Amino acid sequence: MSDLTELYQEVILDHNRRPRNFGALADATHRANGHNPLCGDKLTLALHIEGDRIINVMFDGSGCAISKASASLMTDAIKGHTVAEAETLFDAFHLMVTTPISDPIDESQIGKLAVFSGVREFPARVKCASLAWHTLKAALSGAQVAKTE
Amino acid sequence: MAAPGALATFDVAAIRSQFPALDQLVHGKPLVYLDNAATTQKPQVVIDAIRRYYEHDNANIHRGVHALSERASKMYEDAREDVRAFINARSTTEVVFTRNTTEGINIVACAWGDENVAAGDEILITAMEHHSNIVPWQQLCKRSGAILKVAPIDDRGALIVEAFEQLLGPRTKMVAMTQLSNALGTVVPVAELTTKAHAVGATVLVDGSQAAYHFATDVQALNCDFFVFTGHKVYGPTGIGVLYGKEAILEATPPFMGGGDMIGSVTFEESTWNVLPYKFEAGTPHISGPIGLAAAIRFVRGIGFDSIHAHESALLAYATERISAMPGVTIIGTAPVKASVISFVMDGIHPHDIGTIVDREGVAVRTGHHCAQPVMDRFGIPATARASLAMYNTTADIDTLVRALARVQEVMG
Repeated sequence: MSDLTELYQEVILDHNRRPRNFGALADATHRANGHNPLCGDKLTLALHIEGDRIINVMFDGSGCAISKASASLMTDAIKGHTVAEAETLFDAFHLMVTTPISDPIDESQIGKLAVFSGVREFPARVKCASLAWHTLKAALSGAQVAKTE
Repeated sequence: MAAPGALATFDVAAIRSQFPALDQLVHGKPLVYLDNAATTQKPQVVIDAIRRYYEHDNANIHRGVHALSERASKMYEDAREDVRAFINARSTTEVVFTRNTTEGINIVACAWGDENVAAGDEILITAMEHHSNIVPWQQLCKRSGAILKVAPIDDRGALIVEAFEQLLGPRTKMVAMTQLSNALGTVVPVAELTTKAHAVGATVLVDGSQAAYHFATDVQALNCDFFVFTGHKVYGPTGIGVLYGKEAILEATPPFMGGGDMIGSVTFEESTWNVLPYKFEAGTPHISGPIGLAAAIRFVRGIGFDSIHAHESALLAYATERISAMPGVTIIGTAPVKASVISFVMDGIHPHDIGTIVDREGVAVRTGHHCAQPVMDRFGIPATARASLAMYNTTADIDTLVRALARVQEVMG
């Protein structure tokens, strides 16, 4: 049972129930759609970037608790930061969810997002946690669509 | 709530003991396997038949003169006779081995479709088809200029028969429909609809993928022109399916794939085709597949569909009652005639989270769109969780599922 509570931590449940930065963004400069065809999770990510700084970011869509909380926490984490910082965070997140379960996580890089380290116990759910991040990468690179399956 | 009484003569414990995979712990809990609409577990006799074939009889078929090849050929063709009897086809010439249901539908859509469907013709399907009974017809429409029509379903997930009838017309060339919806559990009155389709001159394909392990199939009584099903859902191995076609129609249909075994003679100028059903079985087939499938068919017939159906119906009624009594749980698919499948959603909880949490209780259910995205769109939901029953499930399995769903609500707050 401990690995379940490890996955569904209170922070994740809270962001699932009350997602932050959820809704449309009128003055978006960057946008991408993320889709996990396997489970039907869909999200739209919209960013307002000025120079190299992410002024605002919002997401919309439907998905499981993990994908929704991940998008919510991600938007919180990158808002107000530079594109380069967001990309560094992407790498740190990717490293965390692909680190073998037996290895420790470097929390100095990842901060609050460490709540998703429990997803490593659930291989089928890693894609859920990663969807928002892949969509972010697509939006920053100018691609329109990101897919995880 | 009393357990259903109709199960008295059906020894489910004895049946369960035939399925080795059911006897295991998952995350430390006894496995409760409720993903049967995806694939069923295999009885020991099926595993033994495949193993025995590879240990004693393995050889290529239809060409060797040596003892092993003769044995393998005989086992392969005996299996065809078992399948013929299973679906009550007139002749083994009407039984084509495929990989699965999807391949069967694609053979018909390509080989029969390209020959018989032209621009402006219509193909009629239902709104509850699996992607495998949508996409091949869309592709045929694209190739031929034909039009795909979709008969709607009501809010319970039942086919609206009047609307189906209105969509039938002189341009309807093919009616392709499931006998049992994998996403909703709806039983479709395919015999009645086949009669209506034939009245306008349409050819009929019935997708029996879900139905074939819940009730007896009689292709002559259905009177459909094609019937497709897959082995792995009738307790047989994966990788083996069956395409039934009426002999006259198969005779008139060109082959789908060219190669060895499907030919009469070959020169560089021209080839002629082998007789039915070999015309549709190019290349070395999945020889152990039909052998395993035949063992599964004999196993199922030994128990009998009357008992299986009675057991599963009582269990479905019990599961429906227990699950619909849970607060915050809604069953999707409440057609008056259903079998096996209970698709459901939970308030504020995504099906994926349901699937993960019940798995930790040892309960295997399917979550997602079940390869039926148009069904999900029809009900305005992204996905469902789905429990699907087989002959070896028990009321105790349902009780465990209900407890696990309560646990989901607890975890997700």
